[in-house]
Amino acid sequence: MRLLGHRLSGGAAVGFAIILANIVAISFARWIAPYGEADLVGDVWAPPSGADWLGLDNLGRDMFSRLLFGGQTSVSLALLITALSFSLGIVMGFTAATTNRWIDAALSRLVDIIMAIPQLILALMVLSVLGTSIPVLIGTIAILDSTRVFRLSRAVAMNITVMEYVEAARLRGEKLWWIMRREVLPNALPPLIAEFGLRFCFTLLFIASLSFLGLGVQPPEADWGSMVRDNATAINFGGIAPLVPAAAIALLTIGVNLVVDWFLSIHGRAHGEGA
Amino acid sequence: MLPLVAQRVALGLLTLLAVSVLVFAGTEILPGDVATAILGQSATPEAVEAIRRSLGLEEPAALRYWHWLAGFLHGDLGNSLANGRPIIEQLDFRLKNTLFLASAAASVAVPLSVGLGILAAINQNGSFDRIVNIVSLSAISLPEFFIGYVLILLLAVKLDWFPSLSAISPEMSFGERLYDIALPAATLTLVVLAHMMRMTRAAIIGVMSHPFIEMAFLKGLPRWRIIVQHALPNALAPIINVVAINLAYLVVGVIVVEVVFVYPGIGQLMVDAVSKRDVPVVQACGLIFAGTYVGLNLLADILAILSNPLLRVPK
Repeated sequence: MRLLGHRLSGGAAVGFAIILANIVAISFARWIAPYGEADLVGDVWAPPSGADWLGLDNLGRDMFSRLLFGGQTSVSLALLITALSFSLGIVMGFTAATTNRWIDAALSRLVDIIMAIPQLILALMVLSVLGTSIPVLIGTIAILDSTRVFRLSRAVAMNITVMEYVEAARLRGEKLWWIMRREVLPNALPPLIAEFGLRFCFTLLFIASLSFLGLGVQPPEADWGSMVRDNATAINFGGIAPLVPAAAIALLTIGVNLVVDWFLSIHGRAHGEGA
Repeated sequence: MLPLVAQRVALGLLTLLAVSVLVFAGTEILPGDVATAILGQSATPEAVEAIRRSLGLEEPAALRYWHWLAGFLHGDLGNSLANGRPIIEQLDFRLKNTLFLASAAASVAVPLSVGLGILAAINQNGSFDRIVNIVSLSAISLPEFFIGYVLILLLAVKLDWFPSLSAISPEMSFGERLYDIALPAATLTLVVLAHMMRMTRAAIIGVMSHPFIEMAFLKGLPRWRIIVQHALPNALAPIINVVAINLAYLVVGVIVVEVVFVYPGIGQLMVDAVSKRDVPVVQACGLIFAGTYVGLNLLADILAILSNPLLRVPK
């Protein structure tokens, strides 16, 4: 099988299949889900059966349907945050690389300090002051995450801004924004796309962890992390309820990682090869 | 070499100072101040003003930062907003617990992952190497709570070998406590094992392309001896670095693991404080976590300098 003119490895095929299945399941959740998000259909933590094949949750709701709806929250939040952190990080990184030394030094030192503290710790501190709500969650994680994107995009852009065609554009009198968009960005895309996949995984896990700690998505909204939290006590009775949403997170992460691995391997080659 | 180490230490201290500023600023300068956080949005202005005065909030931020930092260095962490008691009381027992858990996990994870990494490098592209590779790649993708709950389900509920909750208390003996933290320590070990092992393997394989390794092969030495005696000492710097990064990660991963196992540690304390919006406690825990993280990274830098033979000789 080939994609974009490249041979698809076995791992990448599995990865694409996982991602595709997730996209379909989540986008068409309303039609696929056998029950509504809040429908009580049976006993609390009923084991898997023919009708509800992932069992029931802590209130007796169908786990499979909840998983689909929870996935909408988890995945769309992670996508939105990653997109935000990328826009922010790339603009800052390219600015640092293309403008003067002082802006670069100031931005870099600021990012160094933020990265000297573990992200979870910083996020917890911000949440303790601002309280937990979806907009705060999005803003905080996007800003914290943009520091990593800044590092990468600055490093990539540094190598590009010394090229002759950028010099030529400067001499032509092109504006900074135009140079960043038309000269630097297209040439910096492959490593940034791979990074996007990895950051998406990280964000997905990060939101899930926060929700698991009770500091992320709040009821009545649910995401995969808060579903783990809600069903946590079932584990003591030998139930698998908390493992189901946790496995969903793990599966999607593995899928994205497999695709990123493949993507990096095809772009690791010298130019003109393969493509 | 000494000036290099001194430079690193100075840089580390500077980072710590900057981190403390950020911890303070992150919780103090953000919109929405502590007084309204305690009383809620509907509080009367007079009540907010009274609380602000009792907390010393009308002082300028720089002065408050100075008092906070000076207090911290003297072991005075201020009082909790939730119960008014000194933070140090709650912190003492919990900090020891967290360090106990983290060091138990580290003392298993570090030798195990470096050992497995060396084995994988000796057996490069063999079946052991491949199995280890696949297992570790998927282990990296698993959230901490997934690993934790799987271990609880298998080892605590189905087999009943270990307790599922690690509610340790000061009266317990060392052995009892060690038995109680078996599952959280195993979870933490699994969380960092894969990454540390892969990097150890990569560091050793990276050294294998050097001419002196080829020389050793040409002398007819067996592969394991070349790796253990010739490649490993030269791969020490990156390995130490990876170990330190993972230990730093372990310090953070401990937060989620403590919540999974209801372990009375500082991570759990911090999470509780965040949901109660008990800012001074959050600040104290945050500074301890961040300080440990910076300290471990600094240690890695220094050990990497010490392990480099080129830097050991005075120029």
